[in-house]
Amino acid sequence: MEQVIITSGRMNHGIDPHLHAWGWEISLYLYLGGLVAGILFFATFYYIRGKADLYPTAVKLAPFFTPLLLAIGLGALFVDLTHKAYFWRLYTTIRMESPMSWGAWTLLFMFPLSILWPAMYIKELFPEIKWPHPAFDKIIDFFRPYQLWMAWAIIVLSVVLGVYTGILLSAFNARPIWNNSILGPFFLVSGLSTGVAFTMMLSKDKAEKLKFSRIDILLIAIEITIVVHLIMGYLASTAQQIYWSKLFLGGEFTFSFWILFFLFGLIVPLVLEVLELRGRPINMKVAATFVLFGGLVLRFVMVQSGQVSTWLSYF
Amino acid sequence: MTRYAMVIDTIRCVGCADCVIACQTENDVPLGFARDWIVQITNGVYGDLRLEIQSQRCNHCTDTPCVRTCPTGASHVAEGGIVLVNHDECIGCQACITSCPYDARYVHPEGYVDKCTFCHHRTTKGENPACVDVCPTYAMTFGDLDDKNSEVNKLLTTRRNKTIIPEAGTEPNVFFLD
Repeated sequence: MEQVIITSGRMNHGIDPHLHAWGWEISLYLYLGGLVAGILFFATFYYIRGKADLYPTAVKLAPFFTPLLLAIGLGALFVDLTHKAYFWRLYTTIRMESPMSWGAWTLLFMFPLSILWPAMYIKELFPEIKWPHPAFDKIIDFFRPYQLWMAWAIIVLSVVLGVYTGILLSAFNARPIWNNSILGPFFLVSGLSTGVAFTMMLSKDKAEKLKFSRIDILLIAIEITIVVHLIMGYLASTAQQIYWSKLFLGGEFTFSFWILFFLFGLIVPLVLEVLELRGRPINMKVAATFVLFGGLVLRFVMVQSGQVSTWLSYF
Repeated sequence: MTRYAMVIDTIRCVGCADCVIACQTENDVPLGFARDWIVQITNGVYGDLRLEIQSQRCNHCTDTPCVRTCPTGASHVAEGGIVLVNHDECIGCQACITSCPYDARYVHPEGYVDKCTFCHHRTTKGENPACVDVCPTYAMTFGDLDDKNSEVNKLLTTRRNKTIIPEAGTEPNVFFLD
């Protein structure tokens, strides 16, 4: 056997006894980033396909929440920074090797677009609103002819944002639980699923709800497949990943991963949505709530378990 | 080109932690934190045990995940291959901390990320890092890997040596003789 002990009393805060650099802030940031990506992806997707009036909640109403959700996410990220006064340094350079850098730049473009997109529908959805200055109308009217271009930009950026939330973690080969190529697609699909669930929560139109329920069933099925691949990937990989997969297979994250995320976040809403499609009287908001809850749990579980996993074996 | 490296003789090292104290004094490391540390590795079973003592720190890797993941360029490779953090560019996102397989970095109480600098302020003047100079058993050697006549090169070519977690692919520049 081998035993490795630090004998000089190292107890670096946030590092020992195991890494705890990122707390709830990053989990929330990744969750809201994925959620916004999901909402805006379907909003622009159906706009481009000319179905804005067929799915008004997805295209017009749901995007109204995205600037607030993004602001909360970015606020959480800011809270997590330990050298806050220098945050502007993120925008003095572009480093393509660093996912956090291109993620920051993606958000820089995504945030104003997330304001601009719902602004196109303010008069339609809230005709009673009066702007404090006529310049607001002029700005909206200026961008209106370019809405299709905006839609294409948003749909690309939302995919980049969704994938980024996973790649941010998987780029760290020092953390065996994170270091796999499936985390990017996993978080993207999960983000799309939460975006769909958010739309289902808001929609009052039965046909729209059914359509998004069908989409969610497909996305959940993809997520379940990815979970199988994720675990298979750990078990068929390096000694470190085989060792740390125990976190999900009997270890401290078993309950949160399999019961809170997999069962309540995927299986239960899948069953509810299938039953609803078959005509059972089930409120879709229940299934959507489970999906939104599962997405949040997934971010917390992955962020925390990844930090526990390490190449080192200090005692 | 200069490529700095540190060679630590685990046969000579007695784990006195003088290097740890010297580093904390020289670099004004805040209380409760450590840029270097002593590790005891015990192998075998009772009655047939082997003990190895290592003085560990940032490995100043050739392939640096910390520099790669830094979003602002605060983590950078300085002359001689020494990996440093520019405090005025660090936002404290801790991406570098998470990316280091050696857990060699920490957040300084002032907010920026801190780590071993190979005593850059000394080495630029041709001096050894503080930990090397205080070692009472002369277990630590510092020098230029690209200089064929340097002491570190002589040790690495004549003694069996290893690095920590070479399978992480970071090509560490702190070597351990055994």
